[in-house]
Amino acid sequence: MDALTLAVIQAGLQQVCNEMDLAFSRSAFSPVIAEADDRSDGIYAAEDGALIAQGEGGLPVFVGAMQHSAGHLIRLIGEGAVAAPEPGDIYIVNDPYLGGTHLMDVRFARPFFVDGALFCWLQNTGHWPDTGGMVPGGFSAHATEVEQEGLRLPPVKLFKRGEMDREILSIIQSNIRVAEQRIGDIKAQAAALLVGERRLNEMVARYGAATLREAIALIRDRAAERMRAEIRRMPEATWHAEAFVDSDGVVNEPLRIALAVTRQGDTLTFDFTGSSKPCAGPMNSVWATTYSAVCLGVKHIFPDVPINAGTFAPLNIIRPEGTFLDARYPRPVSGCAAEVSQRIAEAVFLCLAQALPDEVTAAPAGTSGNFALGGTDPARGAGYVMYQITGGGYGGNAKEDGLTNGCSTIGISKTAPVEVMEQYYPILFTRFALREASGGAGAHRGGFGVHYEVELLRGEARASFVMDHGRFGPPGVLGGGDGAPNAVRIHRDGATTIPLHLSKDQGIALAPGDRVEVMTPGGGGYGNPFARDPALVARDVRRGYYTRDQARTLWGVAIAADGTVDDAATEALRQGRAA
Amino acid sequence: MSAAPTSRCNRMARRIAGIDVGGTFTDLVMQEADGTIRIAKVPTTAANQAGGVLAAIEAAGTTPAALDLIVHGTTATTNAVLERKLAKVGLITTAGFRDVLELGRRTRPRAYGMTGSFEPLIPREWRREVAERMDARGHVLTPLDEAAVEREVRALLAEGCEALVIHFLHAYANPAHETRAGEIARAIWPNDYVTLGHSLLSEFREYERGTTASVNAAVQPVLDRYIRHLQDRLAEAGHARDLLVMNGNGGTVPARAVAREAAKTVMSGPASGVMAAAATLVQSGVRNAITCDMGGTSTDVALIAGGVPEVSAELSIAYGLPIHLPMVDVRTVGAGGGSIAWIDRGGMLRVGPESAGSTPGPICYGRGGVRPTVTDANLLLGRLDPDGLLATGRRVAVEEVREAFAREIGDPLGMTPEQAAEAVIRLANVLMAGAIRMVSLSRGHDPRDFALFAFGGAGPLHAVALAREIGIPEVFVPFRPGLTNALGCLVADLRQDVVNTLNRGLDDIAEAEIAEVLAAQEARGRSSVAAGGAEVERIEVQRVAEMQFRGQTHLIRVPLDTAAPTRGQIQAAFEEAYYARFQVRLPEIRAVLVNLTTSVVGRRRAFDLRALAAGDSGEARLGTRRLYADGAWHEATIWRREALREDARIPGPAVLQQADATIILEPGSEAVVDALGNLRVRA
Repeated sequence: MDALTLAVIQAGLQQVCNEMDLAFSRSAFSPVIAEADDRSDGIYAAEDGALIAQGEGGLPVFVGAMQHSAGHLIRLIGEGAVAAPEPGDIYIVNDPYLGGTHLMDVRFARPFFVDGALFCWLQNTGHWPDTGGMVPGGFSAHATEVEQEGLRLPPVKLFKRGEMDREILSIIQSNIRVAEQRIGDIKAQAAALLVGERRLNEMVARYGAATLREAIALIRDRAAERMRAEIRRMPEATWHAEAFVDSDGVVNEPLRIALAVTRQGDTLTFDFTGSSKPCAGPMNSVWATTYSAVCLGVKHIFPDVPINAGTFAPLNIIRPEGTFLDARYPRPVSGCAAEVSQRIAEAVFLCLAQALPDEVTAAPAGTSGNFALGGTDPARGAGYVMYQITGGGYGGNAKEDGLTNGCSTIGISKTAPVEVMEQYYPILFTRFALREASGGAGAHRGGFGVHYEVELLRGEARASFVMDHGRFGPPGVLGGGDGAPNAVRIHRDGATTIPLHLSKDQGIALAPGDRVEVMTPGGGGYGNPFARDPALVARDVRRGYYTRDQARTLWGVAIAADGTVDDAATEALRQGRAA
Repeated sequence: MSAAPTSRCNRMARRIAGIDVGGTFTDLVMQEADGTIRIAKVPTTAANQAGGVLAAIEAAGTTPAALDLIVHGTTATTNAVLERKLAKVGLITTAGFRDVLELGRRTRPRAYGMTGSFEPLIPREWRREVAERMDARGHVLTPLDEAAVEREVRALLAEGCEALVIHFLHAYANPAHETRAGEIARAIWPNDYVTLGHSLLSEFREYERGTTASVNAAVQPVLDRYIRHLQDRLAEAGHARDLLVMNGNGGTVPARAVAREAAKTVMSGPASGVMAAAATLVQSGVRNAITCDMGGTSTDVALIAGGVPEVSAELSIAYGLPIHLPMVDVRTVGAGGGSIAWIDRGGMLRVGPESAGSTPGPICYGRGGVRPTVTDANLLLGRLDPDGLLATGRRVAVEEVREAFAREIGDPLGMTPEQAAEAVIRLANVLMAGAIRMVSLSRGHDPRDFALFAFGGAGPLHAVALAREIGIPEVFVPFRPGLTNALGCLVADLRQDVVNTLNRGLDDIAEAEIAEVLAAQEARGRSSVAAGGAEVERIEVQRVAEMQFRGQTHLIRVPLDTAAPTRGQIQAAFEEAYYARFQVRLPEIRAVLVNLTTSVVGRRRAFDLRALAAGDSGEARLGTRRLYADGAWHEATIWRREALREDARIPGPAVLQQADATIILEPGSEAVVDALGNLRVRA
C-alpha cells in the first residue's frame, strides 16, 4: 500500500472517532459529558476488540481501557453467553470486571457490517451522573462491595435492529437517580455511534473494505514500530518506583503500588509485583483500568503517538493478579478511574523519569480533588448536590517549572468559577488562592496547588471528600523535593478537625457558619534545588511563593534586604552543593 | 506593488482608505472621490507600524492630506500580547482572590503531555487585595475599605505600574465597589489607564472577566501610544482627522475612543477579513460560506450563515488568555504553507504540526529552511510560480527543493519527489479538511451546505482540492484575495456591543427588567456610535440573549426581535435556536437567561464592490505551464486573473495568477467570473 493512502486512511479513521466524540458531547444533556468531556469513542477490531482508532477529544483515562470491554463482549458472544450481533443492535454494559472502569462509565457497542459480514465494532463510553448505589453520583468512600456502588449491567442489547428495548430501559430507569434525564444521554450516546457508522460507510465506499482492512493492519504495525523506536531510546535497565494511595476509605492504611519497568530489546515490561492486596474499600482498580492507566502515562510522555492497539503492543503489562490493581467481583471499585489510575500513572512517570530524564516530569498532584456537598437550601426550598473539583501543581521538568493548578492526570475538564458556585449553592468562598510554598523544590520547582475555603451559609449539609496524596506529597525526581501533600480541615464551632483518612471521608455534618478548608498538592520538584538560578528564587520570594527562610534552606539562596540575590552569601550557602 | 486607477463609480464624493497591517504586509484599498479604486501592498514595519501605513498611502499614489477618512486595522495589540511586550499593570482585587488570574480554571495546554507553562499578565507582586465583598445577588457582605484602596493604588504607582485593573468578585451583579474604587484610583492615577472589570464586560466568571480586563490594561498604553503616534504622523502630513479603528467584533470605533476598550482590537485582524467576505458574499447573492484564510503557520476558519458572520464571546488569544468579548468567531487550525512534512519513527508520512514559520520558512524562501514544507510541495509541482514568490531571500532553484523531497520523503517511502510532494499536499488537505469539518459541525452546520470562501496568500492555492476533500460543491475566490483584510476595513460599520449578566431562570425575570436592561444598553451603544459623526448613515440595533438549560455551562445565542420581548417570545426563540443547533427539544427543563447583549451598529454608506472588481484590458492568457496533479504532469493554462472578463469560463487544469495570490483549478474543475469579478469554481 502506498504511503499516502495509508496516511490518509489513518487520518480518516481518526476523523471518524473525533466526529463521534463531538456528536456525543454536543447532544448529551449531562454536564459531565457535555461540558467535562467525560466520554470516549472509538473503533475496535471484529476478531478481538483491539483498538483501531479512538477520538483525540476523549477523556485520557479511557485511552487503553475500551478495547478490553470490546474483547470481553466478543468473547461472550463467541461462548454463546451473549446474543450474536445483528445490524442496528447496540449493546450496553457497565460491568467493571468485564473491561470497565467504575460503574458510572457506561459503554455502548454497535457492530459495523460490510456486505453482511461483521467488519469492526463502534464503541463509546459515557460517564453517567448516577447509576444507583448508596450515594448520589456513585462515589461512596465507604462501600465494601460493588452492589453498594450501583446497578451493574452485563452486555445486553439495549437496541435491537435499531429499536430501543423499552423493557431493559425501564429496568435501568427504576434503579438510578434522576432517571428521566438519562433518556437524553442514551439517545446522544447511541446517535454518536450512528455518526460513526455513517462516516465509516463513506470510507468503505471510497477505499473498499479490502483496502481498509489492509490499511488498519499496517497502521497498527507502524504504530508498534513507532513505540518500539521510542523504547529503543531508553537504556536497557530496570527502574523501580512506588506510589501510595492514602487509604481505601475503610481501613486507614496506605495502599502501595510497586512498579518495576524493564526495557529489554524492543519491549517495555511493567511489573506491579509487591503491590498491596485487594482492599476493603472502593480504592480497588480493575484490570482494564490498570492497563489503561499505564497506557495513559506512556501517552503523556510521548503525546504524539497515535491511540491504537499497535502503540501499546510493545508494552508488556503483566496482569497484577492478587493485588488491588486487579480486583475481582465483588470488590468495590468506584475510586479506580478518578484516583487509583492517577497513582499508577505517577509510578510510570517516576520509573521513566529515570530512563528519559530530559522528557519526563516529576510527579503531578494526581488527584481529582473531589469535594461534594449535599443538603437543602432553605432559601430555595430545594435539595442540592454540589461538586467542587480542583487541580494541583504539576511536576517540574528538564525545561521548566511545573504548571500551577493543572487538571487531573486522567481528565481534561475545567472547574466551575467561584461566581457560578456561589450563585447555585448556599456557600461563600472566603478564599481561592495559590497555595504558597506547595511546589516541591528543585532546579525546576513543582507547580502550586490551590488553597480554598468554603463557608456554609444556610441550612444543614453533609460534606464528602474523595481526594488523595494526603499522606505523602507528589515525589520529586533527580534530587528534587516532594510537593506539599493534600490537606483538608473542617472548622466547626470554633474547633478544627482533620478527617481520619486525611483525603477521604463521607457525610460530615455541617451547620451554617461552618467552613471547609482544602489545600491541594503541589507538584514534585525536578533536579537539585541548589542548581536553580538564584534570580528565579529571588523572583519567587518577591512574589510570595516562598519565604526568605525557604529560599535559604531549600535553595541555598540568600536574599538581601532589597529583595535581590546576595551573591556572596549565596555562594557560601551553596558551597559545593550545586552540582 | 502599487496600481493605477482601475475603475470609475461616480456616486460617492469622498476619498476613503482601508489600511490593514498584517504580519508581513501592510495593505491598502482606497476609493477615490470619483469612485476609482487604488490598491497598495508594502512591507509591514514591525517596530512601528505607522511607517508602513504612510508608505502604503504613498505607494497608492496619494497623500494623507488628500484622504477624507482612514479606516485602520492594526496588529499592534495582537503582537504585544503574543510577544508579551506589554505595559506594567497593577491589580486591586477582593481579599482572598488575588490569585484567580494565575490559577485559571484547572487546565493544561494539551490533552496529553504534563508539561507547559503559563504566566499571568499581571505578576503576583503587583496583585493587591483590599477588604470588600459582594454576594452573588450583589448584596454587600463586607464594605469597601477605601483607605486600603488608596494605599494599595499608591503602592502600585510607586512600583512603577503604568496601568491599573480593579476587579472585584460579583461586580457584574453590583458594580458599586468597583466604581467607588475607580473614583479613588483615578484621583491618584496619573493617566487614563484604569480598567474596571465590570465596565468592559459585565458578565460572571471571575477568571475570564479579570483576564479580559488585564489584557485591556496591558495593551491600552501600547495602543494609545501607537494611535497617537500614527495620528501625529498623519497630521504632520496634513491629515488631521480622526481615524476609525477595527475591532474584533467586525466593527470600527473612532480612534480617540479605541484605547478605552483596547482589548477589543486584539483579535481584529482575522475579523476584518471575515467582514469583507460577508460583504462580498452578500453582494454576490451567496448566504452561507466557510471562510478559509491560509497563512504560513496556521489557517483561520470562520462561518458565515445567512450572510452574517458567526459571533462568539468565548475566544482565547493564547493558552490561559480568554478574551470574553463578543467577537467574530474565527478558529485557528494549526496547518499552513509552512507546515513541515516528515516521516515518523514508525515510517508514517506526517505533515505538521511543526511549522517552518517565516523563519527559516520553507526551503524555497531561501532563508535557511532545509525541511520540506507544503509551500515547497506547491512549488515543486508547478502550482506556485517560482518567479512570483513574495518575500524571498536567497534565490532557490526548484532542483534544490526537488532534492529535499527526494531525501526527506521520496526515497524512504519509495516515491518520486513529485509523488512525495503530491502526497504531502493531499495529506495536508485531508488534515485541514478534517479540522474545517470539526469547526463547522461544532457550530451545528454540515459543511457541505456551504461555499468555501478562500482568501489570503495560500488559501486559493488549496481551495479547490480542499473543497473536494470536504465535499463542498463551490469555491468562491474574491477579486483581491490578498487584500481582503484591507477591504474589510473599507466596508466595516461602526459598532458597539454591551453585555450584561442576569443568570437567572427566565421565569424569574420580570419582562420590565429585560426591557430596562436592553434600553440602557442601547443608550450606551448609541452614545458611543454617535461619536462616529457624519460617517454614520443610519443606526441599527441588534439584541441577543445568551441562554442555556439549567445545569449546562455552554451558551446559545438567541437573537431577539424587539426592544421589549415577552418571556414567551424569548422562550420560543431559545427553543428554536437550541433545536437548530442540537436537534433536541427539552421542554421539561428550565431555560436560564445568562446574558443580554445589545449591539448598536452605525451603518456607513455601502461600498459597491463592482468598483473594486473592474479588471484591466491586457492579455488574459499567458501560456501554459507543467502542473502535477492526480499522479501525472498536465499542461495547465496560465491566466492573468486581472484580465479576465465577466462570464469568462476557465476549465482546469489551470493556474490563475494575480499580484496578490495564485489560484489553482484542479483538473475537472471549472471557474466562471461573476459580475463582481469573483471567481466561482465548481469543484
